[in-house]
Amino acid sequence: MTTATDPAEGAVAQPGVYEAGSTDLLRFATAGSVDDGKSTLIGRLLFDSKTIFEDQLESVEQVSKDRGNDYTDLALLTDGLRSEREQGITIDVAYRYFATPRRKFIIADTPGHIQYTRNMVTGASTADVALILVDARKGVVEQSRRHTFLATLLGVPHVVVCVNKMDLVDYSEEVFENIRSEFTEFAARLRVPDMTFIPVSALKGDNVVDRSENMTWYEGTTLLSHLERLHVASDRNLMDVRFPVQYVIRPQQNDTRDYRGYAGTVASGVMKSGDRVLALPSGLESTIESIDTADGPVDEAYPPMSVTVRLTDEIDISRGDMICRPNNSPTVTQDVDAQICWMDEAASLTPGKKYAIKHTTRWARAMVKSINYRVDVNTLHRDEDAGEIKLNEIARVMLRVTQPLFIDKYQTNRQTGSFILVDESTNKTVAAGMVGGLPHSF
Amino acid sequence: MKSHVLSQLRSLEAEAIHIMREVVAEMQRPVLMFSGGKDSIVMLHLAAKAFAPARIPFPILHVDTGLNFQTVLDCRDRWSERLGVQLVVASVPEAIDRGLVREEPNGSRNRIQTPVLLEALEKHGFDAAFGGGRRDEEKARAKERVFSFRDDFGQWDPKNQRPEIWNLYNGRVHMGESIRVFPLSNWTELDIWSYIEAEEIDLPDLYLAREREVVSRNGMLYEVNEFTPLKDGETAEVRRTRYRTVGDANLTACVESEATTLRQIVEEVAAVRLTERGATRGDDKVSEAAMEDRKKEGYF
Ligand SMILES: Nc1nc2c(ncn2[C@@H]2O[C@H](COP(=O)(O)OP(=O)(O)OP(=O)(O)O)[C@@H](O)[C@H]2O)c(=O)[nH]1
Ligand SMILES: [Mg+2]
Repeated sequence: MTTATDPAEGAVAQPGVYEAGSTDLLRFATAGSVDDGKSTLIGRLLFDSKTIFEDQLESVEQVSKDRGNDYTDLALLTDGLRSEREQGITIDVAYRYFATPRRKFIIADTPGHIQYTRNMVTGASTADVALILVDARKGVVEQSRRHTFLATLLGVPHVVVCVNKMDLVDYSEEVFENIRSEFTEFAARLRVPDMTFIPVSALKGDNVVDRSENMTWYEGTTLLSHLERLHVASDRNLMDVRFPVQYVIRPQQNDTRDYRGYAGTVASGVMKSGDRVLALPSGLESTIESIDTADGPVDEAYPPMSVTVRLTDEIDISRGDMICRPNNSPTVTQDVDAQICWMDEAASLTPGKKYAIKHTTRWARAMVKSINYRVDVNTLHRDEDAGEIKLNEIARVMLRVTQPLFIDKYQTNRQTGSFILVDESTNKTVAAGMVGGLPHSF
Repeated sequence: MKSHVLSQLRSLEAEAIHIMREVVAEMQRPVLMFSGGKDSIVMLHLAAKAFAPARIPFPILHVDTGLNFQTVLDCRDRWSERLGVQLVVASVPEAIDRGLVREEPNGSRNRIQTPVLLEALEKHGFDAAFGGGRRDEEKARAKERVFSFRDDFGQWDPKNQRPEIWNLYNGRVHMGESIRVFPLSNWTELDIWSYIEAEEIDLPDLYLAREREVVSRNGMLYEVNEFTPLKDGETAEVRRTRYRTVGDANLTACVESEATTLRQIVEEVAAVRLTERGATRGDDKVSEAAMEDRKKEGYF
């Protein structure tokens, strides 16, 4: 593919200029307490990088004017629902897309309100980076801690703490440094792999896309430039081959009658044709004959490719089974030790309750055997006497599952270490689960 | 050492294929809602890829408003024939005759297609319907899940969406309830065009620029034809235009353009300053929350 009119290096992008075939993708999610300025920051990022479409800008300018605002409320670029605009808060995640010559970005702007924590979890679960906002006037509050804790629990590998509203504290270095040390102390116990602090004003635009002239004491990069340069490719697991079978392709057509392929998305590892593989739960071994796509066979498959695998032997494999390597397989077990984040306001989790569980492409039923402890997100204290887990609480539980699951620890594999629980009467997704203990040191 | 990094376009393709396979594996009776526009054609192309070498294991549903460009209908028929997929047509004019819906005073059939869609879904027992909506299109769409739950009236409740964590989609529904599934959620207009170019996808020729006789209304250019005839006092002029979206022929405006090849469209889209709906849709301008309101009623 030829390159489009090439944008000058370092120039601000037009909406969506990038070469589609080659650029990589960075997903980031905002987090932090209500009114810390998350949506405003995203609006500012889009506005200053000139990636807002004119009609969208006109529409938020008009709405701001109609409300008698003195300035354009950039939060309206993501707060698009009627009730969000009425209440001036974010209720559910908004996804926004923009690109610079360096990278394409998918933004999830999540709500800070505690009632909507599950929507924050939805947005953060697929993120490479969590942007945690702290209001410079208020410092680190409970919700900043809860969201940072959730981000690390979800294994988001990079954290950027944006100390926002610096305009309201005279752009004071001292305020910034105090928040930085308070946050660092808290986060040390969470073992955040990569953490950066940036003083910003989302409202005025300091250090978002353009360097602030009000904070000459700050020597780091702007937020956009940091996001453009962050290295994320190494966060993927290319070691352990895990291929959850999603669907068996068996055409009922004359020309392809003998075709039998296992369709799925590579969860981790690199698969090659000719590789010896092990199928679970059968325990039978075979060899990869071919890795097919609609464009023909490929030599290798790696995450997140969606492919169809054919084996040299006729073995019984169906949806929910797992293909791996004979010398590197997941744990096969009906007993799952996991962290869960509870998301149902209607009912709490208690020992003895039963749920549907979805792990990779496999559904089963799970019973809660015990609650080992509940984590107090503020103090990180473990309460080992917790009898029930309520909305937005995080706990370590033991589950007994009706069928074996093929699991890895979430810390080593986000795909095979994660599951959801679903209430069998309401069909609602009620918990996010992560296999294994906390990555944290407390 | 190979880098083992999938390009962002191929990542989007892989995600869409994953979503489609999940639906087919888990739902009783899926259907693909097909409008004949570029997004639904890309979706159909992806469906063909997801199940190859087998045929697409679900039918396609076209809600025919009776206000279609002929080249869109031709393209629809070419696709369904080539892929050997069953085409279900739900007709709005026929529903008007039956009294299910009533023609609106302004002649727009945008809103009245919703009951026709819901009736067709119910009649055929479809419990999952793929839509080509993208989150970059509109602010209400930006909020919607990939697997979007609908109650037994087909309604969306934006304040009470199911959490959607990782790629563990939950399509469980009771009788009468359903899900709408949006495999292109994370694609932008530029991704769509880059993909169409890369895959050489067959589209209605409306998307390419040529000289058209047009009339300007509220700053938008409408082609002068049977659906949008000249009104008293208006004058037509000839401009080079193309369509950025394809909706009902009486509501969809074209834009000035010199792009006669897919490459030129990609370049043009990379530099545009207006969203595609903002630039071409009379129907979205009704109110700030027009799309949210229509989606709550069960719209695509
Ligand atoms: N002075 C000042 N005000 C700001 C700044 N950033 C945001 N605000 C204001 O803070 C208020 C809340 O901003 P939002 O962006 O809606 O906050 P939020 O974090 O998205 O809130 P939720 O999504 O509801 O959690 C608005 O009135 C903003 O204008 C800033 O840098 N300086
Ligand atoms: Mg917000």
